[in-house]
Amino acid sequence: MTLNNKKLAAPYLVWMVLFTIVPLAIVVYYAFTDDAGNFTLDNLARAGGYSSVFARSLMLALVATVICLVLAFPVGYFLSRLRVNKQRIMQMLIMMPMWMNFLLRTYAWMGLLSVNGPINTILGFFGIGPFTMLNTSGAVVLGMVYNYIPYMILPLYTSMTKIDASIVEAAEDLGANLFQTLVRVLIPMSVPGICTGITMVFVPAVSTFAISRMLGGGSNLLIGDLIEMQFLGNSYNLNVGSAMSLVLMVIVLLCMSFTSSFDEEEMEGAV
Amino acid sequence: MKKRLFSLVLCAALLCGVCALPASAAGRTIQLDETISVSADYDWTRFAGKNITLNVYNWGEYISNGADESPDVVALFEKLTGIAVNYTTFDSNETMYAKIKSGAASYDVIFPSEYMVAKMIDEGMLAELDLANIPNFALLDEQYTNQDYDPGNRHCVPYMWCTTGIIYNTTMVNNAPTAWADLWSAEYAGNILMFNNSRDAFAIAAHKMGQSINPTTTEEVALAIEELKTQKSLVQAYVMDEIFDKMEGGEAAVGVYYSGDAITMTTDNPDLAWVFPQEGVTLSIDNMCIPASSANREAAEMFINFMCEVDVGVANCEYIGYSTPSTAVWENLSDELKYSSIAYPGDEVMDKAQLFTSLSDEINEALDIQWSEMKSYNEGGNAYMMLLLLLSGVTLAGFNIWRKVRKKIRATY
Repeated sequence: MTLNNKKLAAPYLVWMVLFTIVPLAIVVYYAFTDDAGNFTLDNLARAGGYSSVFARSLMLALVATVICLVLAFPVGYFLSRLRVNKQRIMQMLIMMPMWMNFLLRTYAWMGLLSVNGPINTILGFFGIGPFTMLNTSGAVVLGMVYNYIPYMILPLYTSMTKIDASIVEAAEDLGANLFQTLVRVLIPMSVPGICTGITMVFVPAVSTFAISRMLGGGSNLLIGDLIEMQFLGNSYNLNVGSAMSLVLMVIVLLCMSFTSSFDEEEMEGAV
Repeated sequence: MKKRLFSLVLCAALLCGVCALPASAAGRTIQLDETISVSADYDWTRFAGKNITLNVYNWGEYISNGADESPDVVALFEKLTGIAVNYTTFDSNETMYAKIKSGAASYDVIFPSEYMVAKMIDEGMLAELDLANIPNFALLDEQYTNQDYDPGNRHCVPYMWCTTGIIYNTTMVNNAPTAWADLWSAEYAGNILMFNNSRDAFAIAAHKMGQSINPTTTEEVALAIEELKTQKSLVQAYVMDEIFDKMEGGEAAVGVYYSGDAITMTTDNPDLAWVFPQEGVTLSIDNMCIPASSANREAAEMFINFMCEVDVGVANCEYIGYSTPSTAVWENLSDELKYSSIAYPGDEVMDKAQLFTSLSDEINEALDIQWSEMKSYNEGGNAYMMLLLLLSGVTLAGFNIWRKVRKKIRATY
């Protein structure tokens, strides 16, 4: 048996068919049928009744992704320029918060942001505040940024390690200032990382529901909350829930195809 | 050493129990541990050694489980009967319903609330009980048995009950709330915690407006949700169990929750006080039922009977703080709990209490849509957001197409 034997991939293929393709087909089936199993578009129309929630989710996820990108870009660059052994340590430090449970981390923010929490107490010493930080959409964005920023930093860092320091030096030699180096050299060369990062932050951010419940005070509903409500809530409607998941999937696919089209182009340019 | 002695005593007790069975001595008991003894008139051991496993599906933190030196009720049942128990928990009636409805898991004993019992009976999801196997049913107070949702208790045995009400921090309010309507008062703006659960929140608005907590038309739903909308700007957050931290930590001044949990909160933070709002409260009764899919009905009935034992009931009540429907259990509670005005309010509260019933699918859906709309509703701005989003989507798509076309043109050169 050689290493390029296709049969080696069989176990995963079986796994993928059983636990990815089949469930996906079931979701599509439910989204387009009613209780009796007849074809209907009614579920999609009903999911449309929640469009304001969809809009809010996309908006908050978008804001969180942009903030993540802006924060992570310099970090990724800084990391990629370090000595290799230091890079390992820094990488570990970035991953460290992820050793803790996701819910626990979000729960901690609940305490930090509360009116009697440490942040407001410290501000109180200087005579400022207290501010209402918890239960706002800002808190939800903060939760998303905090939880998902490692997924932005790591791909950026990986793609930036491939940028040779001499290229940056050459740009500087040729008289490019900091801004020009950034826009014409660094950003174009790290596009694959940016694209992966955007997908890896945007997709979980748009479908989260724990963050909005804990930090949004229950009044900042997201798509995830809606879907959860259909499956575990009062009305228990698998069909509408599936239709919502389908809409979410289409949104995610659109987003991914958009970012990957950038990716391809830049790859061609690099050749 | 102590452990060995204990198990010896237990074995002896078991043996006694087995020996005593044919004699069926009235009033004799089997001592399970220092505090718990059960009636010896019941054949507890008939399933011993038959390798039966009961799947029990209960609310989280809803049984005396051995923590804080409380008796471990499930372990005692296993020791007494030789039946293994696989104990799992859920966090809402709807989660439990979804799990059983999907048929993904099989359970033998479940603990739904009254409206869920009605819904599950309607859908034929509950097995009929043989009350002859549950002699302890006789210990229950008539007030909680034979309810409209299950006449004659053919499908359910009441386990615990509680009411809703307002919990408030006496150091943070100038005037104590007395009515649901006070939750609409600007005095508590930004300091109110509401239920994050459509039915309980709806019930509060309904109580305030003097209408039934079980809407029959979508107009009734709309009216109450409209009322909740006017309250929204005063509400700090919509929460469930997060209320424990928030009320105990002084994060909010006024909250609504279940009386059983209020006892825990007022014990942990003495500044907190509880009031039964004057418009009337929601009474909810949690029941023990056997799903129709259960293969071990008789063993499940034995478990239900065990849970109705006086000492077991006392241990559960003392641990979870909810109110018991059993007169015999109530008589044996500690004075602190027995005469607690939160757990066992007088007739002036109970006379005005309303029970949830199961709603039709249409009403349920209307409630869910309007509830989520209410929660995502902000004064102004939302319609623009949708427009903006559409616009940005179109721009993005257009930009992408333009880029592709440009690429193609370039490629042709």
